[in-house]
Amino acid sequence: MKSDFELVIQRRKGWQAVDLREIYLYRELLGFLMWRDIKIRYRQTMLGGLWAILQPLTAMIIFTFIFHKLAGVKSDGPPYPLFAFAGVAAWTFFSTAVGQASNSLISNQHLVSKVYFPRTFIPIGAIGAFLMDLALTLLLLGVLMIYYHWPVTLAVLELPLFVAGTFLASAGLGMAFSAVNVVYRDLKYAVPFFLAMGIYVTPVIYPSRYIPAKYHVLLALNPMTGMVEGFRHSLLGTAVSWPLIGESFLVSIILFLAGLMIFRRMETLFADVI
Amino acid sequence: MKPIIEISHLSKEFFIGQQRRRSESFRELLIRKMGLSKDRSPGSKGGLARFVALDDLSFNVAEGEVIGIIGRNGAGKSTLLKILSRITDPTSGTVHLRGRMASLLEVGTGFHPELTGRENIFLNGAILGLRKGEIVAKFDEIVAFSEIDQFLDTPVKRYSSGMYVRLAFAVAAHLNPEILVVDEVLAVGDMAFQKKCLGKMNEVSRGGRTVVFVSHNMAAVDNLCHRGIVLERGRLAFDGSTKDAIQHYLNTAAPGVSAQTVEFAEESPGRKSVKKLLRKVELFTDGDAPLHNGLVIGGRLKARIHFKLLSASQSFHVGLGFNNMFNQRVFTASSQFEPDGAHAADAGAYVFTCDIPSLTLMPGDYTVAMWIDLGLSKADWIEDAFRITIIDSDYYGSGKAPWNGMFVLPQSWRLETSDEVAAERVMERAAT
Repeated sequence: MKSDFELVIQRRKGWQAVDLREIYLYRELLGFLMWRDIKIRYRQTMLGGLWAILQPLTAMIIFTFIFHKLAGVKSDGPPYPLFAFAGVAAWTFFSTAVGQASNSLISNQHLVSKVYFPRTFIPIGAIGAFLMDLALTLLLLGVLMIYYHWPVTLAVLELPLFVAGTFLASAGLGMAFSAVNVVYRDLKYAVPFFLAMGIYVTPVIYPSRYIPAKYHVLLALNPMTGMVEGFRHSLLGTAVSWPLIGESFLVSIILFLAGLMIFRRMETLFADVI
Repeated sequence: MKPIIEISHLSKEFFIGQQRRRSESFRELLIRKMGLSKDRSPGSKGGLARFVALDDLSFNVAEGEVIGIIGRNGAGKSTLLKILSRITDPTSGTVHLRGRMASLLEVGTGFHPELTGRENIFLNGAILGLRKGEIVAKFDEIVAFSEIDQFLDTPVKRYSSGMYVRLAFAVAAHLNPEILVVDEVLAVGDMAFQKKCLGKMNEVSRGGRTVVFVSHNMAAVDNLCHRGIVLERGRLAFDGSTKDAIQHYLNTAAPGVSAQTVEFAEESPGRKSVKKLLRKVELFTDGDAPLHNGLVIGGRLKARIHFKLLSASQSFHVGLGFNNMFNQRVFTASSQFEPDGAHAADAGAYVFTCDIPSLTLMPGDYTVAMWIDLGLSKADWIEDAFRITIIDSDYYGSGKAPWNGMFVLPQSWRLETSDEVAAERVMERAAT
């Protein structure tokens, strides 16, 4: 009955590679952790899953009144409520995912200190659970599109690409923040502030053409710039600047890899410090 | 064949700083890194103390062995289990694990109060390393073992603590690894369920599985393990049979409560003597190993009593009286019970050895009175000559420590069907 399996436990120092074999072995657990987060998020609430769509809906209504009606911000084609809602959908996914992932290690410290499994599953699972909320939000967007008689284009097939890009960016930040948060709880205060401000430097409320083109290289350093534009392009068929999207994708991938490296490096500390 | 667990030169150090950093903010880090902090004592890292939890520990575990790890709090047991479970890294040294390992450092790891019993079985199973298919296959068995079937769809936050533990253990008991690492999990739950868990653990260990078991419950260690390891300050203090390991642990667990050798003072409040004849007593247990402190239930007690005779005596005897904490005499040993009759000797110094092969008193603290009689008269009497602690152990081999009563005596039980009809007839006949 003895397997040929042999595991050597010793001190890990410095940068660690990602053990893909191990991640494959534990893959079901990632699913279970996501399932758990989805199950408990809206337990014992009256509105349940409605909360997932209430937030972006309220944000869209407020933005429409203040920025569109009062300040005169124009969308780049579709009716402003649709324009804002598509952006808010992407942004809400990103900001709630990063926020939850940053606290994920601390809120799961009983797991970190009592049982072994790939630690990256904790922030990644927290983010994965929000894909459900995103799906519900997109359903509502579909309803709004029918209401406004706005057609779906073939570009919708590109949506998974932008969801993936958003996922990579939020996972990168989520992993880095959650790891640092174990040692320095300062992030608990810094992250929500950063996320609250982030919506204004991302073209959620306004289209990116409001920003002079020479600043676009700078603007796209924020990965969500490209992703929000991409969400709108794939869902509402708006025109996009592919170089801008390409740059944001690149930043997303770099963020993901950097976050993963920071996380893997700090991982050996978690159980001792948390 | 290579050992299934090979631990070599394993050390783990903590800087108390790692714990203090828990509350260190980024500002404090900057201050520390820039050397602005004044509270930096020389010889320590960042002004913080070093704590060695494991110190160059090496031992092997063969496949199928069930090994118990005992030691005082802070001896490094938990750190060792955490390293074996891969929760924390050692500072130096290596562990080779040659089999699939599952660890149970607590019951119900990952249980979520908002989820139902059914949902928690799946979640907890997955966290402990079971595949979904395995959980589905064992689901009914787990539910049956936990005895909570009617509450399966109730959130576990509404469970009593007993139900919670039963469910958690039921999942854990159905793990199927080659190496199982278990910490203290049996210290919870009610008596009946504890017994059931022990039974299940026994089954597991008989199945050829390698088990590393840490517990303060000596009866459980005694019952389950083939081999015992005692850790002291992060080092291997003893490695041998379970019984010897437990005895070693007890001997060193609380030194000073009673010493192995007690010399009697000339004058003491408890001494009522005509002549000061008793000099000292030395205590030993099985194999003439010195007894420092506690003795397991049914353990051997050998008392070597040093005394002197000032003149020749035709008939003298020495006695030991065991008093419990309520000062009730529970047992008396005396040389006058020797079948060969009275002892006689000339003046001189002697050692009388009293050998009690099995001291089956209930666990607890006992004070022992000691005396010597010359002829019919008491010559020397020390009320509180020494103390002895009897420790819980698996006397009956059932994994249960005896409770209630004063003695632990051999017993056996047999169950038969009764012939009630015949019994009633006898009663009727007696009545008429």
